[in-house]
Amino acid sequence: MSKLHFTRRRLIGTGAMAGAGLAMPTIFTGASWAQSQGGFTNAPTGGTVTLGFNVPQTGPYADEGKDELLAQQLAVEHLNGQGDGGCLNTFSSKALKGNGILGKKVQFVTGDTQTKSDAARAAAKSMIEKDGAVMINGGSSSGVAVAVQGLCQEAGIIFMAGLTHSNDTTGKDKKANGFRHFFNAYMSGAALAPVLANTYGKDRRAYHLTADYTWGWTQQESMVKATEAVGWETVNTVLTPLAATDFSSYIAPVLNSGADVLVLNHYGGNMVNSLTNAVQFGLLDKQVNGKDFAIVVPLYSELMANGAGENIKGVLGSMNWNWQLQDEGTKAFVKSFGEKYGRPPSNSAQTCYAQVLLYADAVERAGTFNPCGVGEALEGFEFDGLGNGKTLYRADDHQCFKDVLVVRGNQNPTNPYDTLEIVEVTPVEQVTYAPDHPMFAGGELGQCNPGA
Amino acid sequence: MDAIILQILNGLDKGSAYALIALGLTLIFGTLGVVNFAHGALFMIGAFCAVTLQKILSASYTVIDPSQTDFLGRPLEVSKPYLEAWLGPDLGGGIIEWSVPLAILFAIPVMLILGYVMERGLIKHFYRRPHADQILVTFGLAIVLQEVIKHFFGANPIPTPAPPAFAGSLDFGVWLGFDPNAIIYPYWRTVYFLFSLVIIGAVFSFLQFTTFGMVVRAGMADRETVGLLGINIDRRFTIMFGIAAAVAGIAGVMYTPINSPNYHMGMDFLVLSFVVVVVGGMGSLPGAVLAGFLLGIVESFASMNEVKNILPGIDQIIIYLIAIAILLTRPRGLMGRKGVMEE
Repeated sequence: MSKLHFTRRRLIGTGAMAGAGLAMPTIFTGASWAQSQGGFTNAPTGGTVTLGFNVPQTGPYADEGKDELLAQQLAVEHLNGQGDGGCLNTFSSKALKGNGILGKKVQFVTGDTQTKSDAARAAAKSMIEKDGAVMINGGSSSGVAVAVQGLCQEAGIIFMAGLTHSNDTTGKDKKANGFRHFFNAYMSGAALAPVLANTYGKDRRAYHLTADYTWGWTQQESMVKATEAVGWETVNTVLTPLAATDFSSYIAPVLNSGADVLVLNHYGGNMVNSLTNAVQFGLLDKQVNGKDFAIVVPLYSELMANGAGENIKGVLGSMNWNWQLQDEGTKAFVKSFGEKYGRPPSNSAQTCYAQVLLYADAVERAGTFNPCGVGEALEGFEFDGLGNGKTLYRADDHQCFKDVLVVRGNQNPTNPYDTLEIVEVTPVEQVTYAPDHPMFAGGELGQCNPGA
Repeated sequence: MDAIILQILNGLDKGSAYALIALGLTLIFGTLGVVNFAHGALFMIGAFCAVTLQKILSASYTVIDPSQTDFLGRPLEVSKPYLEAWLGPDLGGGIIEWSVPLAILFAIPVMLILGYVMERGLIKHFYRRPHADQILVTFGLAIVLQEVIKHFFGANPIPTPAPPAFAGSLDFGVWLGFDPNAIIYPYWRTVYFLFSLVIIGAVFSFLQFTTFGMVVRAGMADRETVGLLGINIDRRFTIMFGIAAAVAGIAGVMYTPINSPNYHMGMDFLVLSFVVVVVGGMGSLPGAVLAGFLLGIVESFASMNEVKNILPGIDQIIIYLIAIAILLTRPRGLMGRKGVMEE
């Protein structure tokens, strides 16, 4: 049997080594280590900093991507002190001075998501690796957002999501490096259900047609739960292929099913076609169960509303933001965008504009471009003046909590831009949920990754 | 029973579009021996002929309405169509509302010219090249046409409604003794189905009962012998290419009220139409029409909840499954001729 002989010097040495060994995982991935190494992925070195705007420039959402890009360019101008400053004048945080970010002039590169996950990842990867982008922003699809968010987490880059509405983006697929300003499917359900009950009554039978992918599933689940909570019955839920263009064979059986409401959990071209088909079949002119038949589109966008034309008249839905709001932040953004581009911005443009300013502001407040520092500055950040009223970037899941708009297709539009009218601004308290809500369960935020 | 009748009706209008595109594809293949992957793009161009005419007829001047403001708080600029100013709101507005049917008259010359230019300018150089080369060049052309349309009209769908007289739907169920709302079918889809029958009938009559058609059919059967008789068969085949383009074009025009046109709509139909041609039998005009309607109806049945509950996702693959089954049992397709693409 051997005897252990610990001297004081040996004990200190062994203890230090063991301590270093245990701490290594956090030391080598933590902000302090990355900063002490000069940094983190794409630490800006010269007088400029590069942001990466990843939007659909080709494919079916190219028009929406174009609108996002215009808003992102406007945000860069405002950050660099050009133009009228837009929401820098109304933003509750006063960290941004119009002299770039941390004194560095902001420049940007763009990528084309094509609304395809693999293409979006490739575009983001190129902007990070070749162009040195320190943040990625934009997009018009939840599938794309989840894919790019995962890439940014691995690369050590902050991802400021664009239009993504699936619960999964800040639910089971949430990541420490990803942040979402846009609202989500749960919030749409929570905002819409009481308005639907008031408008159509509590004794209704709903039939759901749902796009067969991540966003559609979470949208359907949210709407079913929310409408059943106000007394509606769900007659049927039918998944439709994302590539479908003609929905007649899915719509034809609706009237015979005993349903008196059709919920279209569709977006983009799917929504335009399914709504057009439903109106062609005369659903809105029918009476079922002694009630006027109704159609609901839980997620609206201005471009979709234009595509659907007259068919959206009177149809209820929800939005993240609309240019017709009258708060100071909205007025400032609409004025800047409208004077520069000759038309009001869409809600996808607004979310991208707000995300760029929020990122820049967080960098200023953190005093570093290190993603871990930026993430800390964004977590739990409360702000106002960007168009959505008082907003919280919740630390638990990196989801923004703010008021939600319930809108309706305008019966009497006076110009091409007021195709939707605001029915209600649903207060944030009504759409807030617990971080461990079952619809958002299954994922972990994890640790922030500074990369490098 | 009512659900079955409903899905047959649904399949008929989808089948009408497949049949019209497949008819044009088969005409081109049967006459020129070219596999034309740009045919879906011709359907899309036809649809945008309707959009263009709608824009032309809706050309407007602006008047300032000081009682209203725009999104920046400036006096609102209100658009007034010239037609309404010149002809009065009833007649002028009525013409604008009927822009889709009127677009047929606009689309026919446009598509004939486009078909002629395509054939003479590009496709004739590929007659003696392998089918793979023809597919590549016509597919490339389809992408070019698609991007040109996107450049001018954007990526968003453009609403192109049917005339108000055809809004709403027909209650077939009541006619057949079922309950009200059991079988409803939109007026415009009924019009589309009947229209497709007229066009298909016209094409067959043209080939069957005119001298021109007789020469073309003879050329399709034996091009060399017809040439030896001193007939310029190439010129007739070029005209047939133009006619096939016009058929696809007017099919696109009439389809616009069913689904708002976008630059990608041709591609959505192209692959399915090729499956239709293969199932019908390469080079067989009646086969293309029969397979078009058949596959349209089968696709509708596969979308029924009762079927999807047993076989989830069947609606997305049913057409291809049928194509496999038919090619295994009848390799030349339903009505294919011996010798076509078999040398």
